[in-house]
Amino acid sequence: MTLQECYAAMGGDYEGVMGRLRSERMVQKFVLKFLADGSYELLLSSAEAENWPEAFRAAHTIKGVCQNLGFDRLYRSSSELSEALRDGKALENTELLELVKEDYQATTGAIRALQESQGV
Amino acid sequence: MEQKRKQTILIADDSEINRSILVDILGEEYDILEAEDGVQAVAALRRHLTEIGLVLLDIVMPEMDGFEVLTVMNQQNWIEDIPVIMITAETSPAHMERAYNLGVTDFISRPFNALLVHRRVVNTTLLYAKQKKLVNLVAEQIYEKERQNGLMIDILSHIVEFRNGESGQHVLHIRTLTELFLQHLILKTDRYQITRSDISLISTASALHDIGKIAIPSEVLNKPGRLTDEEFNIMKTHSAVGADMMDSVPVHQGERLVEVARSICRWHHERWDGRGYPDGLKGDEIPIEAQIVALADVYDALTSPRCYKPAFTHAKAVEMILGGQCGTFNPLLLECLTETADRLPDVLNSSGAQSNHLELRSVAEEMHRHEELSASERTLQLLEHERMKYNFFAAMTHEIQFEYTDTPSMLILSAWGAEKLGLGETVMDPLHNERALAIFSGADMHRLVQALRAAPRENPVVTYSCKIRLGGEERWHRIVARSTWSADDPPKYTGFIGKAVDIHDSHLKLATLEQEASHDALTGLLNHAYAQKRILAQMEESPTSQYALAILDLDHFKSANDNYGHSFGDQVLRHMAERLRFSIRGGDIAARVGGDEFLIFLEYNADLEPVIQRIYNAISGGKFDEFTISVSMGVATTEKVGSNYDTLFHAADQALYTVKRGGRGSYSFYDESMAATLSAISPIDGGDGGKGNATNEKEAE
Repeated sequence: MTLQECYAAMGGDYEGVMGRLRSERMVQKFVLKFLADGSYELLLSSAEAENWPEAFRAAHTIKGVCQNLGFDRLYRSSSELSEALRDGKALENTELLELVKEDYQATTGAIRALQESQGV
Repeated sequence: MEQKRKQTILIADDSEINRSILVDILGEEYDILEAEDGVQAVAALRRHLTEIGLVLLDIVMPEMDGFEVLTVMNQQNWIEDIPVIMITAETSPAHMERAYNLGVTDFISRPFNALLVHRRVVNTTLLYAKQKKLVNLVAEQIYEKERQNGLMIDILSHIVEFRNGESGQHVLHIRTLTELFLQHLILKTDRYQITRSDISLISTASALHDIGKIAIPSEVLNKPGRLTDEEFNIMKTHSAVGADMMDSVPVHQGERLVEVARSICRWHHERWDGRGYPDGLKGDEIPIEAQIVALADVYDALTSPRCYKPAFTHAKAVEMILGGQCGTFNPLLLECLTETADRLPDVLNSSGAQSNHLELRSVAEEMHRHEELSASERTLQLLEHERMKYNFFAAMTHEIQFEYTDTPSMLILSAWGAEKLGLGETVMDPLHNERALAIFSGADMHRLVQALRAAPRENPVVTYSCKIRLGGEERWHRIVARSTWSADDPPKYTGFIGKAVDIHDSHLKLATLEQEASHDALTGLLNHAYAQKRILAQMEESPTSQYALAILDLDHFKSANDNYGHSFGDQVLRHMAERLRFSIRGGDIAARVGGDEFLIFLEYNADLEPVIQRIYNAISGGKFDEFTISVSMGVATTEKVGSNYDTLFHAADQALYTVKRGGRGSYSFYDESMAATLSAISPIDGGDGGKGNATNEKEAE
């Protein structure tokens, strides 16, 4: 699987990220790093504990990273979630969180496939 | 363009990936410091203040967000020297306005574009480097520019002078005199509303007063003899011509300098009584700048040689002006002339340098003030050196060193101290920080802060001993700290600095010594002397309470020693002490009086008998090894005998004697019938004085 195919699988914007960060090697490095980022776990545990300010920060961090890496699909859902949580508001529409979970799985699934295909 | 040293950039962003992307974009050209929250960012700024050339700051971060970091940077005035670029996807105008108000230079928006990020960072760092250079240059340039402005006007005016065959000193003299008279005038009156910048402007414009003479034919201008009326009329046109020239200056109409120069040119031959020219203005119809220049012009004309006259002396000139020989002047200005007359010759002699000097004074003052505010490169280097020294010594001494600033409430720990305490090097709001409070109790912290706040400036050092919890263990520390004060007048309390030293071991040693001095070595109970002290203290503290004192000894203890040896005897005593300890309540006192005698002291409320009964049952009976434990006990109460310790002790002793006489193995309460009995152990007259007698008594058994 190529990086481009990985982006296609996750609903990301390959051309966009390449245009901005320019180096395929560099983009791939950060894409693989995404698997180790703890923000998603933080989001789930904070939401579980109803620590909404913390959940907002975690969602906001995911959104920021996705925006930078052009993970458009997850960017959109995490962006909506972080807006819903802004200023420490409790989450009313739990579908937003479910959508983030779904998109996160899709995104990391694609990245894992890339990782495996490259024998990393 | 090669740089000696890479500049340092601080990246504060809670996402590791985002920081890495920025490091990848910028790492080749810059040294990078990373902070994953606001507190770390503030700590890094404090530690690397003089190195950091730029901060890339995220807004949403844990602990302290980007705006809070900016607030601290403003409070500490760091924002003036360190540019901040905000990383954000929040492009709402309100957000950006708030950031700009807090001193942010620029924004980088997500998603990052490598080229844009790079360009923006390079531009900002270059701009700031240039700005620093420029600040240094501006000082010189302002001086230079002012000097050149003056010079240009001087050259122009000199053209007229040269044509006039004059020395060229006239223009300089007029300027100096004008300035001097104006300075003096504003001390006398505020009628004319003249500001300092007006003085500078009028003095400069004064140089142009005779510019109209350029249009006067040179045979009239330089005629050695007296002018005919016709010639004089031609000569008089120079003031109006000068004004016309100013009116027709093509581009600078409306400029104050041009307006003032026009007024001076046209009216510097008007007189207070209306007999001057060209317009015959009277009194204050004549603008003040023209009145002043007129006076200066006359004085200088009188004291300088002209083709038609020799120079008059200073004194003669002043006399002629005051005498009205050159027309009438504003009486206020004549006062100025009189009052400054003594200084005029000297001032004019050195007027070349003087004039520029006076004029530039306010500019110089302005610059000086500015320089005081921005520390020079050299000062920064010295600071950096001091900081390095401090860090080195702080690392060498194993002490917890700290610095606390009141606003914002922030505790900064030395690296060693932070590691020792398991805290970050920067702790925001420590008085409400859970982790800090788990180490250092809130009560201790408040007491310490209060003491430091209250400490006078002459004597700002406070010493405080308390326990600090380190790795789950409480250890005694001595804290030595001093309050710090601002340079304001009056100085304001800003916080404190200090260190905490572990004194646990020496403290324990002291405690051990105290323990040894107050306890019986064999049984670990209190010794008699210390027990007495505690009993007296307790009775004194609450004198109306009821107390009981019991003295007891072991029956047939001598036989235990005799039959099984002294070390067995010691074991029996330790066994007794143990049973005693378990038989009494928390506030009660148990002590070894000496030999096999013990005492118990307790406070009681209602019925004493059951209490004594319970204690007696707990300590008497059973066997220790082969030895039967049997106890005799006498009890006396303050209710019966009063609160004198010796009386109380003696009464209990007599009750014990009564028990011994009655066959041992029981207890009794003291009553008056025992008053005549002997003592089981003689009354106390010091330390453990009872022992000898007790033994004697036993031997007599």
